[in-house]
Amino acid sequence: MKKELTRQQYLDLYYYMRLNRGVEDMMVKLFRQNKIVGGLYSSLGQEAISVGTAYALEKKDWLAPMIRNIGALLVKGVRPRDVFMQHMAKYDSPTKGKDGTSHFGDLDNLHIVSPISMLGDLIPVMTGVAMAGRYLGQKIVAMTWIGDGGSSTGVFHEGLNFAAVQKAPFVLILENNLWAYSTPVRKQVPLENLADRAKAYGIDSYIVDGNDVVAVYSTAKEAVERARMGEGPILIEAKSFRRMGHAQHDPAEYVPKEMRAYWQARDPITLYEKFLSSEKLLDAKSKKEIEEEINTLLAKEREFAENSPLPPAELAETGVYCTGDDCHKIRVKWERPIEEVTPPRSSVEAVWTVPGFGSGQGSGGANAPIHFGDTQPAGTKRAEAGKHTAKVAAKVAPKKTVKAASASSSRKAGR
Amino acid sequence: MPGANGNASNGTQVTFLEAIKQAMFEEMERDPAVVLIGEDVGVYGGAFKTSEGLLRRFGWERVIDTPISESAIIGAACGMSYCGLRPICEMQFIDFIVCAFNQITNFVAKGHYLWNAPAPIVVRGPSGGGVHGGPFHSANPEMYFVHTPGLKVIYPSTPYDAKGLLKAAVRDNNPVLFFEHKFLYRRIKGEVPAGDYTVPIGKAVVRRGGKHLTIISYAAMMHTSLEAAEALAREGIEAEVIDLRTLLPLDEETILNSVKKTNKCLVVHEDTRTGGIAGEIAAILFEKAFDDLDGPLMRVTSLDTPVPYAPTLEEYFLPNARKIFSAAKELARY
Repeated sequence: MKKELTRQQYLDLYYYMRLNRGVEDMMVKLFRQNKIVGGLYSSLGQEAISVGTAYALEKKDWLAPMIRNIGALLVKGVRPRDVFMQHMAKYDSPTKGKDGTSHFGDLDNLHIVSPISMLGDLIPVMTGVAMAGRYLGQKIVAMTWIGDGGSSTGVFHEGLNFAAVQKAPFVLILENNLWAYSTPVRKQVPLENLADRAKAYGIDSYIVDGNDVVAVYSTAKEAVERARMGEGPILIEAKSFRRMGHAQHDPAEYVPKEMRAYWQARDPITLYEKFLSSEKLLDAKSKKEIEEEINTLLAKEREFAENSPLPPAELAETGVYCTGDDCHKIRVKWERPIEEVTPPRSSVEAVWTVPGFGSGQGSGGANAPIHFGDTQPAGTKRAEAGKHTAKVAAKVAPKKTVKAASASSSRKAGR
Repeated sequence: MPGANGNASNGTQVTFLEAIKQAMFEEMERDPAVVLIGEDVGVYGGAFKTSEGLLRRFGWERVIDTPISESAIIGAACGMSYCGLRPICEMQFIDFIVCAFNQITNFVAKGHYLWNAPAPIVVRGPSGGGVHGGPFHSANPEMYFVHTPGLKVIYPSTPYDAKGLLKAAVRDNNPVLFFEHKFLYRRIKGEVPAGDYTVPIGKAVVRRGGKHLTIISYAAMMHTSLEAAEALAREGIEAEVIDLRTLLPLDEETILNSVKKTNKCLVVHEDTRTGGIAGEIAAILFEKAFDDLDGPLMRVTSLDTPVPYAPTLEEYFLPNARKIFSAAKELARY
């Protein structure tokens, strides 16, 4: 970990990781008291990913969480009570008890899109958000997460490919926690680095130690700003480990003991506390203050959640359709002149242009098609990308990445 | 036909296809939040040329050619709609809509109910058989989606309705599936008024008055049913013919009013038999008009098979005026 952030940023990252863990610890208690209606999924040991990536976003940016991204929601401004009430199916929860877990969103204020349980579907959806933001001139970035298992879905490919073709301002965090339910990553993907999937879409990728919150944040920040500048989508593989089972019911006995022990010793919060204290950013007193602040907050939030009623039964029958302006007044936030996208200025010549056609090496400069392995413009680009990402590697590579060497080589091959 | 000056409708006879093109053209002209997204919709103007000229007028940002990725089309449109846009998605053939089944039924359809997120998107495309398109270019997959709360499903039969309903669909805050029977594209012409108009979603219409029995149909079979009704009239049987136009939500009132008058009901659909809309209409009549029925609910539908390719096979597979005529005669005897 290197010292590059402001003191406040360092402490924010710490606060949100502690809050993330505090919220989930509290939910384990609620689960054991039978107060959680359905399943409970843990991000224990992966908090640095949710927090570090979401912290790289601006308020106007959009995110869509997966099941283990409670931390990202908290960073974006969701209150712990909403997370509690979602799990407890309470009437005051964001979905009023119609759905649980992290399945809720907020289109108007926080810019959060709700996930569904089918993995990968958020990738094209957030691509669409990114495209709409660009169309409206909002200069936003859209971010979502996918697991090692979720990267096996067809819609992962359709979505990321479309984002790449569109050069959408979209950042995809591939959270490689090594297990998809009981299936190890080797049985999901025949690749050492899942970031290599980016090559297939001609987009840049990063590999980062998912247990190093500063590295995660710095990498995500750079990716977010590059995407915002119009460089197209970026894939970040964050390597980590799922310390709990798939959900509370699953003791995960299929995980080798030594593997669990290795990662337990690399707890992201413990690692970060060591860093903060060695950099004199956090002492025992301020640590205690943060703990007390979180404990007080969570006790209050839990009380609110527990006091909320279950939804009235008849609610089940309501809200399938939007009934019109009385229900939702759909507004468009234009941040560019509408004249740019309306006739006559929107009018174009409806023909394809093929840049570089006839300029391939084999053509001798005459009009000849570009052949495979003979695409000069792309070759030029590859060299540039290599240069750029090599620099990135030096800047964000954490001291103790799992695969530091392959990380930088992957970046070089990013294009 | 929309000219370069953007004057779309002039109150003349247009084809079914032209009506759809006019609707998209006028809605994109009216509202810059409306965009078109699909395969080959831009330079090529769509496989059936329903979007011809749209790219030229509205540009690359609003007429978006996509990879062959139906889930990405629907997913991206859904995301766009969360930002206030109103995307029209084209499925090159509606058969391919099933490639995006999960996006439509789980993501798009459930959002408003679950987390109060309206998704004002339209998914439209050419459907139906009778043109020897074979098993993967002739489907009528509407009932997969009629079974999905949160969607609206439209299947028009005339240029007037196609234009007015498509405009209404674009303006609706819910996801709307819009089926365009490709047999009608260039075979059917009809009056389309000058100026803006919409046709309300969820309202059926009586196409022909009658007192002896009710024939309920939609899309291409609407025209076949009318043909059969003419033949029945020559034998003294006056059939009332109802065009459903919207399958979800279903216009129960129009159905019940007619059947309570004629006391007999025949449903005709090109969709296959089992699980078709006829079964749902039968249930509604049993629940709400049981005492009014003087005969069994009868149905003329396609066979419970894939759509076969050879003309002989497809003609055998599809309903036709003769089959409708025979069924109606049988029903009239009760």
